Amino acid sequence: MAIKVVLLSGRSIGQGRGKEAGKESQLYAEAATSCELDRSDLESLGVQPGANVRVATPSGSVILVARRSAHPHPGIAFIPYGPWANALVDQATDGTGMPSFKGIDAEISPAPNERVLSLRELISASCGGR
Amino acid sequence: MELLVKNGFVYDPLNKVDGEIMDIQVRDGRIVGRVSSSAEVIDASGMIVMPGGVDLHSHIAGSKVNVGRLLRPEDHYWDVVPKTPLTRSGVGHSVPSTFTTGYRYAEMGYTTVFEPATPPLKTFHTHEELNDIPVVDKACFPLFGNNWVVMEKLRDGKLNECAAYVAWMLKVSKGYAIKIVNPGGIEAWGWGKNLTHMDDEVPNFGVTPREIIRGLCKVNQVLGLPHPIHVHPINIGTPGNYRTTLETMRCVEDLAKDGKPCIHITHVQFLAYGGVDWLSISSHADDIAAYVNNHSHVTVDMGQVIFGDTTTMTADGPFQYRLYQITHNKWVNADVEAETGAGIVPITYVRKNYVHAVMWAIGLELALLVKDPWKVYLTTDHPNGGPFTEYPRVISWLMSNKVRQRIVKKIPRLARVRSNIKDIDREMTFSEIAVISRAATAKALGLKDKGHLGVGADADISIYRINPKTIDPSSQYREIRRAFRRAAYTIKDGEVVARDGKVVKTPTGRTYWVDPQIPQDQMARTVSELKDRFEDLYTVRFANYGVSEVLLPRSTPIPAQSTL
Amino acid sequence: MTVYDDVVCPFCGCCCDDLRIEVEENRITKIENACVLGRAKFEVYRVDRHTSPVGLQDGVPRPIKLEDAVDWVAETLVKSRYPLLYGWSSTSCEAIKLGIELAEEVGGVCDNTTTVCHGPTIQGVHDVGEVAATLGTVRHRADLVVYWGCNPVHAHPKHMARYTIFPRGRFVRGRSERRLVVVDPRRTDTARLADVFVQIQSGSDYEVISALRMAVRNEEIEADAVGGVPVERIEELADLMMGCRFGILFFGLGLTMSDGKNRNIDAAISLVRDLNARTKFLIMPMRGHFNVSGANIVSTWQTGYPFAVDFSRGYPYYNPGETSAVDLLARGDCDSVLVVASDPVANFPRAAARNLVGVPLAVIDSHISATSTCACVTIPSAFVGIEASGTTYRMDGVPLPLRKVVDPPEGVRTDEEILSAILRRVRELKRGG
Repeated sequence: MAIKVVLLSGRSIGQGRGKEAGKESQLYAEAATSCELDRSDLESLGVQPGANVRVATPSGSVILVARRSAHPHPGIAFIPYGPWANALVDQATDGTGMPSFKGIDAEISPAPNERVLSLRELISASCGGR
Repeated sequence: MELLVKNGFVYDPLNKVDGEIMDIQVRDGRIVGRVSSSAEVIDASGMIVMPGGVDLHSHIAGSKVNVGRLLRPEDHYWDVVPKTPLTRSGVGHSVPSTFTTGYRYAEMGYTTVFEPATPPLKTFHTHEELNDIPVVDKACFPLFGNNWVVMEKLRDGKLNECAAYVAWMLKVSKGYAIKIVNPGGIEAWGWGKNLTHMDDEVPNFGVTPREIIRGLCKVNQVLGLPHPIHVHPINIGTPGNYRTTLETMRCVEDLAKDGKPCIHITHVQFLAYGGVDWLSISSHADDIAAYVNNHSHVTVDMGQVIFGDTTTMTADGPFQYRLYQITHNKWVNADVEAETGAGIVPITYVRKNYVHAVMWAIGLELALLVKDPWKVYLTTDHPNGGPFTEYPRVISWLMSNKVRQRIVKKIPRLARVRSNIKDIDREMTFSEIAVISRAATAKALGLKDKGHLGVGADADISIYRINPKTIDPSSQYREIRRAFRRAAYTIKDGEVVARDGKVVKTPTGRTYWVDPQIPQDQMARTVSELKDRFEDLYTVRFANYGVSEVLLPRSTPIPAQSTL
Repeated sequence: MTVYDDVVCPFCGCCCDDLRIEVEENRITKIENACVLGRAKFEVYRVDRHTSPVGLQDGVPRPIKLEDAVDWVAETLVKSRYPLLYGWSSTSCEAIKLGIELAEEVGGVCDNTTTVCHGPTIQGVHDVGEVAATLGTVRHRADLVVYWGCNPVHAHPKHMARYTIFPRGRFVRGRSERRLVVVDPRRTDTARLADVFVQIQSGSDYEVISALRMAVRNEEIEADAVGGVPVERIEELADLMMGCRFGILFFGLGLTMSDGKNRNIDAAISLVRDLNARTKFLIMPMRGHFNVSGANIVSTWQTGYPFAVDFSRGYPYYNPGETSAVDLLARGDCDSVLVVASDPVANFPRAAARNLVGVPLAVIDSHISATSTCACVTIPSAFVGIEASGTTYRMDGVPLPLRKVVDPPEGVRTDEEILSAILRRVRELKRGG
């Protein structure tokens, strides 16, 4: 029931508004933990919108909330910018300074028994914290 | 603070001093008649003393210059300037960073430099960069030749309203003079087109280049501005363009008053070409020089080409696109809404290239064939012809027929045949060099306290390690070049700022701008009309347009009396 | 009650300057003309911030005195062999200048958010140039507007209303006289408004742009489809672009972040260059933060380079991929980091963010951010454009004045003041003080 997708991270209105409210805000978390999928991909995955999914790339994996996109883009997953998306991005920049934030090969699987980490938990887990 | 520059060979052409051994006395930043015995003494024995250099046309600051810097990291990599306890670090050969620009001018004995083209909408940026150019006094010329309001007013015959608008613009942009580049042509370039004749109509505006130049020439006189209209005519860089250049100079001949210049044609080298295409290009510097010799209403500056790598940048968008098509180099274009445009293309002038060699010859011919050095100024149109750090090389060429002929032997035979340089043996004197690089330019700009060493002048003084009695500039051209590249002393407002080509002090220079005095009610009407239509013209609000005087650390307005 | 008109919005690169803000007793009570993002900033700025500097002790932030915070930052920078000073895109040019001076003084690297945004664009410009203009030229003249790899409805909400599609220009009356084309792997909210939407496969921008270039040059495309787009549609798009009177291509991170990166931009600029042989055509990047352009512009005039400027040799040195923040952090080269007005722990790939947190880290920011929660020392600063004035540069390089409409909370200083203090202290320490 796992599917392979191409991952794009990017801006969204929710993420933009959310970051003004503060990176620890509910608004931000809701926006930045979404994984927008095409209807057909959700079906292949066998999950409903609002369910938790594990998204994994060679750089890492993270639990996100699956959402249904309003428009078709089979095979593509969109995750707004933020630390959750960045758990999946490789730090290599191909000598340009720019990591590959878009076009990442990812695998998504249902994760009904796992929860989405809060920002603090995520940073702690990722960075060790101080 | 007192300073005594003792025993130097003084060249002060404005005051008719031609190499006499004299003392120059300074107190509190100005030249005075006498100083006390406690004055600091600089022994200038055996050295040349001149007023500090005044460069009236050098692209050093603003949006287009900065995109030029961005475009050319390779220009920076081979010319780096480390930080010192006194000076900031920097880079750059043809498009140096701002701190480096100020230091290098100071090292050459220049104390005043004017940025000749700034788009009013972005002139805040120009002033921010000028603020970061240390030591030298500076100013900038806003662009008017493709300005929508100007073109409409001239089309409708509303000269006084046009003058009032220009007055407002100079105040609000803190600009110094009316700059005109390819009048009407850059507006045509807004649609990818250009103009090639003085009577071509600007699409959608119903005016011609001739009308724009004449109109702004009249506006300039009505406003009593210190410098005449500063013009980069149509057809720059085009074989055969010497005709339009002559036409441009002629088109305001009847407007001249009291035998004073009413038009300045800039970087004339790029505008003196004969032939019909690159294969047949030839020098018509002699025709241009003949006209300048016989008329008192026009002045010019050289725009000398230096062989080597540099960067072309002008407001002339369509010309720069053509240059890209010819050279296939990388190309920047930057149009500015309702006002003007810009373009940038790197170029390498190669001595073996017949066209470049003719261009090289033309610049020198212009300076040498114009008999009166008060009419032709030393520039390379930095960086279009070459970096300003090459001015000393140009000086050495003007003073030495020997070195010129050495180069002439190395340029292609066709270039020799199609130019006049091989037949010119005039060698400029130190006095003439002082004229073309400081006295005449200060006079042309109306800077009464610059370009000379008379009592009351700003104490901007350069001392060069050359003994005019013992040096033979004709054969010792290398020494001439080296001496002018690294002034023994550069003095700014009475303080030594550079010694032997090293900056020792970094004061902040003045920013000059012109403040036209027009009747209050006229200004109020102009502003009111502009406010009403501002959002139709621009994508910024009226309140957010312009440059507050507060931005300029040493704002120095020059009032101009209008006849409005 | 005070009314501020013509306020410049400090959110995105649009820098809309028509905001109207009402203030009563130092509180913003009304915001007009802002989009949802700008409004969010003005409405919510007061929450989620420190009002005094904090130092992290045993994982708990405790208030510390400003002088102590400044001392800590200055000492850390002076002791470092290779510090990184990062951020800059969300503060004023005045602060950015101080940041550059500070980096030069301590021989560190001064990098800004361009490095993970339009750095590839700038690298494309180094190679081929750019064909641009101020936004008003688009409003006045454009009859064809292409958005490629960007989603202005979400990231630059007023872009189309103020500059490109809907407003009236001198030569173009409005929406009816303009054609909107969107090229994207997803049918975004912007795509829904388009007259023509071209859906391409993710990561195929370079191929599709190259195919367009071939069509513009009348070359035969020897394929049925490129990037998932039938060749006929590519040729139609090329015809549309060649047939317009004045076209513009806006592009975003879809091009800079996807496979090809700077080469995508190189290709896009080259396409527009080719189009100029047929008609008037321009290209412009959609800059994200309100003053990222300013960071590039100031850095370029002062140092010659737009971002990733390394002063460790005593003069400016620039080599993206080597001196850029993510690469420096990935290699673990920097031994301390000062972050100003940015949140790299949230915005950088995890591995780079981990190295950020692994060295002495100080943050100067108006918000509490993911980075500040990991910082040894955080110094809160005033919001530029709300609580502090300064200069910003719009995405097209037009300078604009940011306003101060309210006072910052007691004890909260401006970025300029804080950086000046750090610079002063650094110089004292270097002199042996």
